[in-house]
Amino acid sequence: MKVLVAVKRVVDFNVRIRVKLDGSGVDTDNVVMSMNPFDENALEEALRMKQAGIASEIIAVSVGGDESQDTLRKALAMGADRAVLIKSDELPEPLGIAKLLTKIVEQESPEVVILGKQTIDDDSNQTGQMLAALLNWPQGTFASKAVFAGNSEGDKLNLTRETDAGLETLQITLPAVITTDLRLNEPRLPKLPDIMKAKKKPIDVIEADSLGVDLANRLKVLKVSSPPEREPGVIVANAAELIDKLKNEAGVL
Amino acid sequence: MSILVIAEHDNASLNPNTLNTLSAASKIDDDLHLLIAGNNANSVVQEAQSIAGVSKVLSANHESLADGLAENIAWLVKGLASNYSHILAPASNYGKNFMPRVAAMLDVMQVSDIIEVVSDDTFVRPIYAGNALITVQSSDTIKLITVRSTAFDALAAEGGSASVEEVEFDQAFDRVEFVSRDVTVSERADLSTARIVVSGGRGVGSQEDFSLIESLAEKLGAAVGASRAAVDSGYAPNDFQVGQTGKVVAPDIYIAVGISGAIQHQAGMRESKVIVAINKDAEAPIFQIADYGIVDDLFDVVPQLIEVL
Repeated sequence: MKVLVAVKRVVDFNVRIRVKLDGSGVDTDNVVMSMNPFDENALEEALRMKQAGIASEIIAVSVGGDESQDTLRKALAMGADRAVLIKSDELPEPLGIAKLLTKIVEQESPEVVILGKQTIDDDSNQTGQMLAALLNWPQGTFASKAVFAGNSEGDKLNLTRETDAGLETLQITLPAVITTDLRLNEPRLPKLPDIMKAKKKPIDVIEADSLGVDLANRLKVLKVSSPPEREPGVIVANAAELIDKLKNEAGVL
Repeated sequence: MSILVIAEHDNASLNPNTLNTLSAASKIDDDLHLLIAGNNANSVVQEAQSIAGVSKVLSANHESLADGLAENIAWLVKGLASNYSHILAPASNYGKNFMPRVAAMLDVMQVSDIIEVVSDDTFVRPIYAGNALITVQSSDTIKLITVRSTAFDALAAEGGSASVEEVEFDQAFDRVEFVSRDVTVSERADLSTARIVVSGGRGVGSQEDFSLIESLAEKLGAAVGASRAAVDSGYAPNDFQVGQTGKVVAPDIYIAVGISGAIQHQAGMRESKVIVAINKDAEAPIFQIADYGIVDDLFDVVPQLIEVL
């Protein structure tokens, strides 16, 4: 089966971001960018499906400007067979991205689409669920384990997902959308020869405007601000002093 | 127009985050309807009727709604949506799972994880793990919103007398089936609502030594949390994780033990009233946001704390 994996270029998780002084957004000039961590889990899962003989071809797809080709090159270096860039200089909202991905699913007919459960920039946690809804496919979100098994009724997926109370397992009939949690797997680091090989793998570029999707934003950004700072605290010497401070100074114990 | 809030529950009792979600809704409008989508959840319906401020409880009862499957709840909510100006759900795993599905079906761009209601169309939400706050104005006719429950005081669970309306629903998405649930059983307080949380990180070192965190929590009547590093290493189960992609907590006291305080961990606990950090590394970022810190070996400090308490 074909597997489609969506990846996004985001500010690296180690970067301490700065809000622009005019309140228009977050400063992303000259900061380290990388593949959204959950998307690495998504790609890794697809690669393991291929190693296990379940997946035949892995296609990485990203929505963004030309610089998102870097992220797709990384996906190719990790082991994706080919890549598609849906080129859009303005990044659409999750609803728009889900609609664009629907078009790629129509073109490529994958049986599984895997996405990170959220991106660490916008933190919306929506795109996978929206894509599943638009395709009228079942969704296995926040996955920590995915076991594929065929039977007479078609391909089945036993998917274990993380919940606020622990874990739950669903049986899903393909095609399906999976969104990944961090415990699903440990993503591999691309090796140098694979990075070299990835340079020769194809990246198709499709203009977002050519896909006939309404990408007008529904949310108008009025302001981006920094959260209130916490006052600096004090270092105490030992357990007894800590308890005393919590009781008598902070009054919380 | 009225506002629809989707309750989170386990068919036996209401999750307290529902009261916080209602509270956020009450800042938009005061005609609040609460949907209980479940199976034989009569006790939840009764509980919902008594909440102060809820005018009507909608009860949808079907076995396809028993286990919180997003595909079925989304159909149900979509069917009700045209009666409402706003639809809200908690930004818990439950709400995060089905709400975007409803949003896409209605062609609405959801506003996720709000922490403030500015007006009936304008909301504040954290982005970049809470390192920035974005104020957005929605132009959608129906607004779909998930609510960060720690940012809103709960509505009173008692004092109301809402009417109940049964909602007919018998759809079941035929390509997904619930198989099993593996719930972490803990004698400790609930992590999302506890007044005190004790969390352990990589510094705890092993699953066996994580019992030290449990012991301190027991002494304090606290809930137990963990950093992502501790969960990834198998010291604690996944539902203990506090952070950007785990639970967001805001207790009166948050005690971080052996936690360095990565950005993504801070995202889940920086709104705590008082933060205590115990770490032998004086340079650990957790000390930058802690009110009280002890720079010492946790294996010395924690037993001392247990003894002094």
